[in-house]
Amino acid sequence: MTAHKMRDQADFTVQADDDGALTIALTGPLVVSSVGTLDPRLRQLEGPVRQIDLSGVREIDTTGAWTVWRLARDNAAQITGASEEAERLIAALRPLRGEGAIVPEELPLLTRVPAFVGNYMIALGRGTLGILEFMGGMLVAAWAITFGRSRLRVNAVVRQVELVGVTALPIVGLMSFLVGIVIAQQGAVQLQDLGFGEMTVNLVGRISLRELGILMTAIMVAGRSGSSFAAQIGTMKLTEEIDAMRTIGVSPMEALVIPRVLAAILVMPLLGFYSALLSIIGGAAISTLTLDIPFWTFITRVQEVVPTHDLWVGLIKGPVFGLIIALTGCYQGMQVKGNSEEVGHRTTVAVVQAIFAVIVLDAFFAVFFTEIGWG
Amino acid sequence: MSELHYTGDCPIVVEGLSNAFGDHVIHEGLNLTVRRGEIIGVVGGSGTGKSVLMRSIIGLQAPVAGRIEVLGQTMHAGSYGGGEIDIRSRWGVLFQGGALFSTLTVAENVEVPLREFYPEISDELRHEIARFKVMLSGLPADAAAKYPSELSGGMRKRAGLARALALDPELLFLDEPTAGLDPIGAAAFDALTKELQDTLGLTVFLITHDLDTLHEICDRVAVIADKQVIAVGTIPELLALDHPWIQEYFNGPRGRAATEAQHRAKAIDKSNGQGA
Repeated sequence: MTAHKMRDQADFTVQADDDGALTIALTGPLVVSSVGTLDPRLRQLEGPVRQIDLSGVREIDTTGAWTVWRLARDNAAQITGASEEAERLIAALRPLRGEGAIVPEELPLLTRVPAFVGNYMIALGRGTLGILEFMGGMLVAAWAITFGRSRLRVNAVVRQVELVGVTALPIVGLMSFLVGIVIAQQGAVQLQDLGFGEMTVNLVGRISLRELGILMTAIMVAGRSGSSFAAQIGTMKLTEEIDAMRTIGVSPMEALVIPRVLAAILVMPLLGFYSALLSIIGGAAISTLTLDIPFWTFITRVQEVVPTHDLWVGLIKGPVFGLIIALTGCYQGMQVKGNSEEVGHRTTVAVVQAIFAVIVLDAFFAVFFTEIGWG
Repeated sequence: MSELHYTGDCPIVVEGLSNAFGDHVIHEGLNLTVRRGEIIGVVGGSGTGKSVLMRSIIGLQAPVAGRIEVLGQTMHAGSYGGGEIDIRSRWGVLFQGGALFSTLTVAENVEVPLREFYPEISDELRHEIARFKVMLSGLPADAAAKYPSELSGGMRKRAGLARALALDPELLFLDEPTAGLDPIGAAAFDALTKELQDTLGLTVFLITHDLDTLHEICDRVAVIADKQVIAVGTIPELLALDHPWIQEYFNGPRGRAATEAQHRAKAIDKSNGQGA
């Protein structure tokens, strides 16, 4: 900020009377750019101020007038030599009262921490109830659509399938291909030591179809689409679009949530399968180069060593993960109120919760499928 | 007046301004000169580019062609570094919706420009400045600690005004300040604008649809139509022109009502004056 260097600074001289009362003569421009350095010095003055002389002030604005008026008010001092402009500005400030705090009150640390923990626990309970309520609302809407009492918005579903699924193909594909390479390569290093180099095929094929394909896809979709659901719906809440929908008679559940959830449920198994395929191709490619297993031999071996139920494990988990991701995204979006910071916060929460829930459920599925003999 | 303030006669000069979004031409060869110390009202039908004109003047919209001079500095969109004193510390802008920073309280909003341009101001003084600016804008003192989402639309506008006035600007841009306010609130806002102009010697660039505001406080009115400023002048001067849009604007049912109200108010003033 070069602004104030170019200017004359405001200054003052102090003269003490016999009884110790001060007369202050201010000089120079008394404006927002010059009072910054003057004000602390005025505050440090000791002794009562009886008179403030403004005859040396060349220019004044509201901030300058405030500085003078505050000093005069606190000391019950007289203002003399004020120009017409200064008089007018001080007169405008005179009626302004109010000493209240201008920043929200902050509780002491000892109160704040327990309060935070308590509020957090209450919010956790409310959140659980809230998401159950939301899911109930969604089921009611789905029920109404199934029995033809309200309409399924096919165009919206198709649009969401495009956004969640089709546009995700390049990034999901690339990621899966690379993960396939890493598993094959790292697995081969360990397995070759034991003399089971050809087991790399089993490793890549089974882990891709059963676990990694769908899990990596779920994480990617949560990051791409779960976040976008939360941010979009959240912004629509802030701009009152959701309220507008309700008053027009369009249920946001039906117009926004159902298409997104349905699209995610439809798309997830497809994306997961696609991801598994590409990671097998990645594994096959690296095996051709470093393990001397020809590409097509690798692919044929996969068919032999991977049981069909591995494919089903992946396909069954897909829609469940899709439901969780879309539901969390939409729910968090609907919870936005107040300000733009909330949109960011809710979006983060949506992604974190979705990924966490997906991983927890994946663990359950792993145990469950092994128990029923699909190990 | 000293070198701190602009001493020329025309704080805003717009010459040959052209704006277009793709093929859609908004302004073509628009000229406008604003005189120092006046309140100029800018009117025009919806979509004639009143806000775009304001955005061009304050450097948010890069024009296709034309020259804009603000407080003697030639503006280039996106860069404000031209003058000896940053031009942004010399104007205040009130956007249509208030455009308050939603994560800051009203007082913190007012403090933002102070922190940015004058970091040497102590916390204590800055809080005091924020508090009196909030009250100067007609808000109760306790509104200062509130967040924008806790305020009504009218209060948000006042808070936006407080932020626009934070640095005691020479130029004030107001985009539809009274839109969405109740008539009492709108009249109070008009009075406030007028009072601030009188007290602080502001030049005010005011976009409005409010006929009462135009009659009540505007020194001159600029009419935008056909991609240009077709006329600038006082309302009687504009009415003397035989332009169909201007005639319809000021002589429509709403225009007549506002004019009559104005006459009545003057008559009352006059009779009071005689009585005294």
